[in-house]
Amino acid sequence: MELGSTDHEIINGVHGRAAADALKLVLKFAEAVGAPRLLPCASAHVDGCLYHGQASLDFVERFVALEGRVRVPTTLNVGSVDLIHPELFIGDAELGAAGKRLMEAHIELGCTPSFTCAPYQTLLRPKFGEQLAWAESNAIVFANSVIGARTNRYGDFIDLACALTGRVPDYGLHRSENRRAGAVIEFQGLDNAGPDQAGGIAVAAGLFIGKHCGDTIAAITGLPNCTSEDDLKALGAAAASSGSVAMFHAVGLTPEAPDLLTATGGMDVPVAGRLGPADVAEILATLSTVPDGAALTAVALGTPHFSLSEFARLMPMLDLAPFSVPVYVNTGRHEWDQLTADGRAARLEKAGVTVVVDTCTYVTAIIRDLSGAVMTNSGKWAYYAPGNLGVDAAFGTLADTLLSAKAGRVVRA
Amino acid sequence: MSARSLVIGKALGAVLKLDDPLSFWGGFDSASGKVIDRFHPQHGACLSGAILFMERGRGSSSGASVLAEAIRLGTAPAAIMLLQEDAIIATGALVAQMLYQIDCPVVAIRDQAEWHRLSALPRLAVEAGADAVLITPQA
Repeated sequence: MELGSTDHEIINGVHGRAAADALKLVLKFAEAVGAPRLLPCASAHVDGCLYHGQASLDFVERFVALEGRVRVPTTLNVGSVDLIHPELFIGDAELGAAGKRLMEAHIELGCTPSFTCAPYQTLLRPKFGEQLAWAESNAIVFANSVIGARTNRYGDFIDLACALTGRVPDYGLHRSENRRAGAVIEFQGLDNAGPDQAGGIAVAAGLFIGKHCGDTIAAITGLPNCTSEDDLKALGAAAASSGSVAMFHAVGLTPEAPDLLTATGGMDVPVAGRLGPADVAEILATLSTVPDGAALTAVALGTPHFSLSEFARLMPMLDLAPFSVPVYVNTGRHEWDQLTADGRAARLEKAGVTVVVDTCTYVTAIIRDLSGAVMTNSGKWAYYAPGNLGVDAAFGTLADTLLSAKAGRVVRA
Repeated sequence: MSARSLVIGKALGAVLKLDDPLSFWGGFDSASGKVIDRFHPQHGACLSGAILFMERGRGSSSGASVLAEAIRLGTAPAAIMLLQEDAIIATGALVAQMLYQIDCPVVAIRDQAEWHRLSALPRLAVEAGADAVLITPQA
């Protein structure tokens, strides 16, 4: 391992005891993954504030006791409770208290209390080419693919250790040669799909690359012309749910893929899939564990956290209210502030929509009635909730979910 | 031998080979030490104290937290013998060592034939050192 002058400073305690302690973990991790040196990182996004047991808390309290402070701007992923609306938590009280302490301990270390899985939307938008130590699978894919910043799939413990040291191991996606596409996925006949369909197509693309491309970075061609940043967010989240995807290229849409040749680094790479509208429908059908027409108990939106542009698409659909079932939307507290300030929060509440911040309905006890199916426009929610919550899921586009909330059963726009 | 220690330590126990990779998050219960992934071929198997052979890691990075918690509770495998390096599993075991001074050595065997040969033995002693890995069959 080549150590730089900053590393020596940290080891010698110049930056405090917590940084020195955390660097030991970063160096052991770097050895385990075969990184020859550490790099400075521009920011960190920490996924350690979701409570998984006493070890989660012991790790953070160790650095609080050593008076640690993060050395780079650090955002926090969702926690186990909504600190702004704590009454929404209906789980075990002791678990809720430990989860709350875990979130607070991270703030004591100087992390920004963002509690969002989409810090790139408003708070901490990385710049192209920056080296990051990010956790949270959707945020990792988004940072690499949509922004062109560079992070590996960091996660519990190592994310905070990088934040406390400002150092990240030099391997994998930090290096240009490992960021090229090794497979092409061609979509055909979808160029002119509308904005509502584009959301579903993006989810299908994500599920497909997660399942079929493994660690190989895919270059996707032929996505609809109207594919938005929100759709690319959904694509990445779905890909990171069905597989361990850390990066994709959407040719003509993402910054390292202005054309296919650039995405592949000039190499001739195999076509791993050719998909048309029927294939998209077939892939999306696998996300629903109930048939069309099935009774619903709730609609869950905002996994990853809803952006302000997604709220802009949702607002006109509130004209459908009153809804027959509760509608939950997860978002960040930064977006929530904006919604409160401009009066949209009040309109959402009047329409019977529950906005959940700081956490997410698929990881914690929020949704009160799980006796029937829950409909979502999120590939990630549909992928995980049946296992996490023991609930049936139905997948649809944003318009489908709101029409279904009105009808109280699964219907399509 | 091409084996490499990802996390150092010593362990002794019965060999348990997983037919598929396991995600510790969502697939393993740190309270009971059992595989809870309903789709895993060894669903219900108890991994506590075993010399666990799994080819590679799988799934969410939160698996590191679940593994560290299991090591704290004494429900974790005694050692984890991977075919390939895995950062999530290594992190969980490194953190448990750092917080609780409990060793759960993690080794990347890096040779398919050797991994299969060792995984077919009934009991093993593992000494994963910084420079060398010593794996000894036990009666």
